[in-house]
Parts: sequence; C-alpha cells; structure tokens
Amino acid sequence: MNNKAAIELKNITKTFGSVIANKDINLTVNRGEILSILGENGSGKTTLMNMISGIYYPDEGQIFVDGEEVVIRSPKDAFDLKIGMIHQHFKLVDVFSAAENIVLGLKEEGKYDIKKAEINIKEIADKYSFEVEPSKKIHEMSVSEKQTVEIIKVLYRGADILILDEPTAVLTPQETQKLFAVLRKMRDDGKAIIIITHKLHEVLSLSDRVAVLRKGEYIGTVETKNTSESELTEMMVGKKIDLNIDRSEPKNTADRLVIKNLDCINREGVKVLDDISFTAKAGEILGIAGIAGSGQRELLEAIAGLQHIQKGEVLYNNPKTDKTENLRDKNPLQIRELGVRLSFVPEDRLGMGLVGNMDIVDNMMLRSYRKGKSVFLERKRPKDLALKIIDDLEVVTPNENTPVRRLSGGNVQKVLVGREIAASPTVLMAAYPVRGLDINSSYMIYNLLNEQKEKGVAVIFVGEDLDVLVELCDRIMVIGSGKITGVVDGRNTTKEEIGLLMTKTDRGEGNG
Amino acid sequence: MSFEMLIAFIQQSVRLSSTLLLGSTGEIITEKSGNLNLGTPGIMASGAISGIIGAYFYTKSGIPFNPIVSILITFGCAIIGALLTTLIYCFLTITLKTNQNVTGLALTTFGIGISNFIGSLINGKMGGTGIAAFPEIGEAYRATLPFADKLGVFGKIFLSYGFMTYLGIIIAVIVAFVITKTRVGLNLRAVGENPATADAAGINVNRYKYTATCLGGIISGLGGLCYVMDFAAANWQNNILDQFGWLAVALVIFAVWRPNIAVFGSIIFGALYVIGPFILGLSNKSQELIKILPYLVTIVVLVIVSIRDKKENQPPQSLGLAYFREER
Repeated sequence: MNNKAAIELKNITKTFGSVIANKDINLTVNRGEILSILGENGSGKTTLMNMISGIYYPDEGQIFVDGEEVVIRSPKDAFDLKIGMIHQHFKLVDVFSAAENIVLGLKEEGKYDIKKAEINIKEIADKYSFEVEPSKKIHEMSVSEKQTVEIIKVLYRGADILILDEPTAVLTPQETQKLFAVLRKMRDDGKAIIIITHKLHEVLSLSDRVAVLRKGEYIGTVETKNTSESELTEMMVGKKIDLNIDRSEPKNTADRLVIKNLDCINREGVKVLDDISFTAKAGEILGIAGIAGSGQRELLEAIAGLQHIQKGEVLYNNPKTDKTENLRDKNPLQIRELGVRLSFVPEDRLGMGLVGNMDIVDNMMLRSYRKGKSVFLERKRPKDLALKIIDDLEVVTPNENTPVRRLSGGNVQKVLVGREIAASPTVLMAAYPVRGLDINSSYMIYNLLNEQKEKGVAVIFVGEDLDVLVELCDRIMVIGSGKITGVVDGRNTTKEEIGLLMTKTDRGEGNG
Repeated sequence: MSFEMLIAFIQQSVRLSSTLLLGSTGEIITEKSGNLNLGTPGIMASGAISGIIGAYFYTKSGIPFNPIVSILITFGCAIIGALLTTLIYCFLTITLKTNQNVTGLALTTFGIGISNFIGSLINGKMGGTGIAAFPEIGEAYRATLPFADKLGVFGKIFLSYGFMTYLGIIIAVIVAFVITKTRVGLNLRAVGENPATADAAGINVNRYKYTATCLGGIISGLGGLCYVMDFAAANWQNNILDQFGWLAVALVIFAVWRPNIAVFGSIIFGALYVIGPFILGLSNKSQELIKILPYLVTIVVLVIVSIRDKKENQPPQSLGLAYFREER
C-alpha cells in the first residue's frame, strides 16, 4: 500500500442554524485504501461527505487533495478533483436510461452520442466486472442495478476518490459480496474509497482503516486489523453496549392471525403473492426473509387492508371476544373499528407512515384524531406521547414541533415505530424497521419488538439482515417471488440455509 | 358543409393553431425545467400588447410604412414584453422560491390586466372606436407566398398562411429535437425530473430554469403576437388572449409534453374551437358550448395517460416544486 494521502480534512466545522453537524473534524484517506466512516445517526457522517462532494460548503476548516488545499463549492468542483459520491438516496432520473444518467451533466468533446457512451460504459463495467444494461430505464431496475449505475456514473467521470454512503443498506448478502469484490478491485487499482456503513462486520471485512464520529465530533481512526466489534461500538456510542439480542422462549402462544391460500395481483396485473398460507402466533416473533421485492410489502399490505386480496382468507382471532374475524376486503379503518389492531411500519417510512412537513405531535395525531370528543383537535395527549417517544427512544430533535422531514433517517424511523407501538397492538407488523439505523438504535428497536412479544403481541418482522433474523425471530418464513419457499426455526437455522431458500424459486425466473 | 366551407374551416383551424402551438411550445420548455408557469395567458397577452405598442408608435412616427420593418419592430417589442413579464415569474419562483401556482396565476391576472389597460389607452389615443387596429401591419403578417393562390386546393390548405404559422411549426420541431436528442435537452429534462440529481451531476439548476423559462416565455409571447397580428389582423381586443392562454396550457398536457405532438394537437384544438360557425343552424349558445371541447379532450387524454401509467408520459417529476439545495 502506498501511503499517499488522497484527501485530508483539517478542522472542518459545519453548522445548520443552531445545530452543529460537524465540529473540528480531521481525517485522512490514502490512495489504495478503503476507509470506513462509522457513527450513529446524526453523528454527521453524511454531512461531512457532502462537504467533500460539494453539496455543502464547510463553515470552517481546510480540505487538501493530494497535498494541495482546495475549495469545493459545487459538485462540479468535486468532479474536477476526481471525487465521486454515491449517495444513500440514489441521485438518478427515473425516466432516463442508465447511459443517459451516466452522461448527465458531462461536457464531453464532440457530438452528443448516447451509443458511444453505452460502449464506454460497457468497457468500465467489464473492467471491474459489473453487470449493467446501459439502455435499460432506471425505473425498471432493481435497487442493486441502480447502485451499479451510480458507481459507474462516478467512474465514468474518471473519479479516483469514491465515497459510498451506506451502499449495502438495501442489498442482499449476495449482492453485498459482489459489491465488495468490486470495491476491492478498485482499491487494488489505486483508488481511494470512503464507505459509510453501520454494519460492523462489513467494516471489519472490507476496510483497511476505520474513522469514528460521534455527535459531530471526530473520535479517532483505527487500523481495522487491530480492532474488534466491541471496541468500535464503544468508540461510536461512547459507552459499552450489549450486542446480544435477548430471545426469550415464547409463552402462552395462541394462533392470532391465520392466513390461508392468499393470492394478490398488483396494479400491473402481475401476481405478487401466490398461495401464501401461514399462522402468526401471539407471543412470538415471526420473521419474513426474502430478496427485496419478493412480495413482503404486498403481504403486509394485504393483512393491513391496503392491498386488494384476490383469493384466500385472513383470519384474526380476537383475544377480547374469542371470535374469529375475517379481515379480507375490510379497509384499515373497519379493521380498527372491529377491535382488530394492526400496527404497520411501512417500508417507505416517509411515503406511507409519516407526513414529512408535519411535526412530531401532528404525526402522532394522524393515528388518534378520531378519538377526540369535541370538534376541536385535542393536542395535549399526542404531545405527551410525542415527548414520551422522544425521551424513551432518544430521538435527536430540537423539539417536538420540528417537521419530521428535518430529522435524520434513523430518528424518523424511531418516531414511526414508537407511534405504532404506542397504539398497544395485538399484531405488530414491522417491515425493515431498522433500515439505515445504527447499531444502538437498531438494538433499541429489537428490544422494543421483544418487549411486545413478551406482552403477548404477535410480531411479524420483515428484515434484511439475516444475522439479526436468525438471532431475533422464533420462526422465519422465507418467501421468493411471492411464494413461501420454507419456514425454519430461528433457534436452529443458519444464515446460509435462509440464503439458499431465498434464491430457491428465484433462480428459474431471473431476478423476480 | 360545402367544399369551400371545408377549406375555409381548415384554414381557420390552422390559423388559430399557430397561437396555441407557440403558446404551448413555450410552456413545454418551461415545464421541462420543472417550472409550472400558469402565467402563460398573461405572458401571451403581454407579448401581444407589446407588439401593439410597437405598432402604435411605428404608425405614429410618420416614417413611411414598410411591411418588413413593421414586422421586425412588433416582433422585437413582443419578445421584450414577454421576456420582462417572464422575468418577474423567474425571479419570484426560482430566486425567491415562491409557490409557482400562486405566482403564475397572479402573473396571468397581471398580464391580462395591464394589456387591457394599455389596449384601452391606445384605443383612446386612436379615436376611441372600440378597437385599436393597424390594418397594414395585419396585411404584412398575413402575407403569403406570391404563388400560393395559384396552386389550387393544395395552396389553400398548405400555403395560405402568414409566416408565423410556419415559424411555429419549425420552432416546435426544433424544440422537440433539442429536448430529446441533445445534451442540453438531456440536462434540461434532468433539471425538471430531479433537480437534486442534476445538481449533483454538476448542472447549474437555476441557470437552466431561468434560461428555459425565459425562452419559453418569449415563445409563448410570440404566440400572443401571432394571435393579435395574424388571426385578428392587427386588431386589439381586450380579454381575448386569456382563453387561448389556457388552451395552450391544456395543449401541453394533451401533447404529453412533446412539441411534435403539439403540432397536431394544436390543429385539433384550433378546429374544435372554430368549428361552431361552420355547423349550420347552430345557435350562439351551442357555439359557446362547443368551444369547451378542447378541455374535454384534454381530460380524456389525462385519463388515458394515467391509466396507461407509462413513466415517459407523465409530467416532469418535480414540476411545480422549488429546488432548495441545502435541504434534507
């Protein structure tokens, strides 16, 4: 490894109004190395990277590229310095093809020729063994394909300093391994790579060095080979935390939800759920694993009354009346009026769960406004609830009247999960509740789910981190292309077994 | 309908279509940059009245009349007038990031109002006969190729129009080409679809928005000029451009944001608008009813487009939204 510094940050400070996002950060990344940046939500990792890529401008401090001080005022300046950033939320135009997105904003010599660009893209793809179809439209692509386009986009611009903001948050284990192989190839090619991630085992397996931020401050950089998960967590959180999930034996289990032969067809007329039958028991966590887009979302939506059910039954055993009710073809409100409580944490937390422009209190009221007795809204109780959630779940926010949109991803998630749990449900469905969350918050959510389970709630947990599914869930149901490919016992299964089940039907039908 | 009437009907349709085509081509450029400019009727009116102002001072100056000069002067005035009006919209929505709908509607009210005021003023200065008319300039705008009337039916249907009809089609075709086939067009579409992406790709979002909106405003303004000089033969009438402005905005949706489709759409809209008098025995009431047909057709297109749900036929994704860079 040659130890030439590609980027050096000195005393970088950035504030947003009264919030200090970064304070006196010093950081170096060398050529031919992968540096991980680790930190909790709101610790300022993304803000820091945005300053290198020209989205934000630092209030104080200096940036050096190859030993020379530079001023990066816009993304264009960053390109000129060969810095490329792959954002957590992809910056791609949906209706454009991969090639169009890649050449976007470039000032190439000569005529605009998309065909030529497509050939160049193929060359880059072959060099690092990417798989990409240059003429495919973005909106027809899977998440991992989109990410590939993002990476090629920066490589196409000749970037040799790459910044990846949580690249694995949305990938399957197999896709993650592929991505890492590509990143290692680039490192060996002499590129400097910065990767932001929460997943400690990825940090350890991929990076050469790890820099840790906490609450906007720089804590330190360690060599990966000289560190361990527990040391990194301690640096990150500032205290030792327990990384074990406490899985209790299910008690007083009773069949709460019985799903029989469920079929669903989506808006495009494609069958998304095919003959799904299972039982969710009270006092147990049922995990659902599967490649993204295999029908997890539709399944939860069908149960919650948000998706039209073509065929099959959703039977709910009401613990209060001991009666069995059929939830099929009832709307969410009717389901609640029947005394059936389903709390639902949608995958798309800002799209379906919360209203971004409303503050935390108002978002609490979305679930409770019908309870009020007078014509005027009652704000006292939602406000108490909001304050309780902020307190219990350690939501980082100036106050309870801050629009949810302004919170960082993890904090938005906490507000949503907190609200759903506060409704004291009998069935709690959570889809990717820890997506994009750091370790501390993730474990907080796992513990919350466990608490609910002990209270006798039937918990349905759709997860992507197989390690967690295996540790947390009592039973794990695997679905592939809308079909159940297997149900395994969480206590004696392995990640590999689930991984195999995930791809079982998938192999025959391509990337379903 | 007799054959002569059919020909006359086609001619009327095409004459009116030029106004709509220019108006909507301008609005398409604007919308492609993510700006929903509902000030289009106001901008068209301001383009038209600026042309009238130019015509008034040119006629009044006592310089011997020359058709080419009269066209250049009115054309230039219309461009300046439309540009100034559009700049108000640009400054408010792009720089100050005000709500585009409200700003646009206010601009329409403003543009229509100010053009009515100036129109009445000029009318008063010209003797208060009710209309400000410049027949010579109207002639100049409506001049056709000298051999057009020797070519029979073909000449009547295709060559009997003033230069602005052809100019409108040429502009529409060029704009369609630029939007779909060039790097500038790619960047422009990216700004309208996803400005954050465009910004991250090193495109100057505000510059694209300003340029596209101003250029769009100018072209829309020429649509207004085309109406008053060509279709109305240089007679100013208050409040008339309002409805054509809204038709132009509806045409943008009808044409699913494609100027080449707008060429045909504008003729259909023009035909639906002028068909009333050509249907014999139709009362005045019914004629007015027929004028709303273009809007009905637009709704049908909207419904079809949203049922088919093809991403490429949807409005630009961030249409109507202001772009703030430092917002999460």
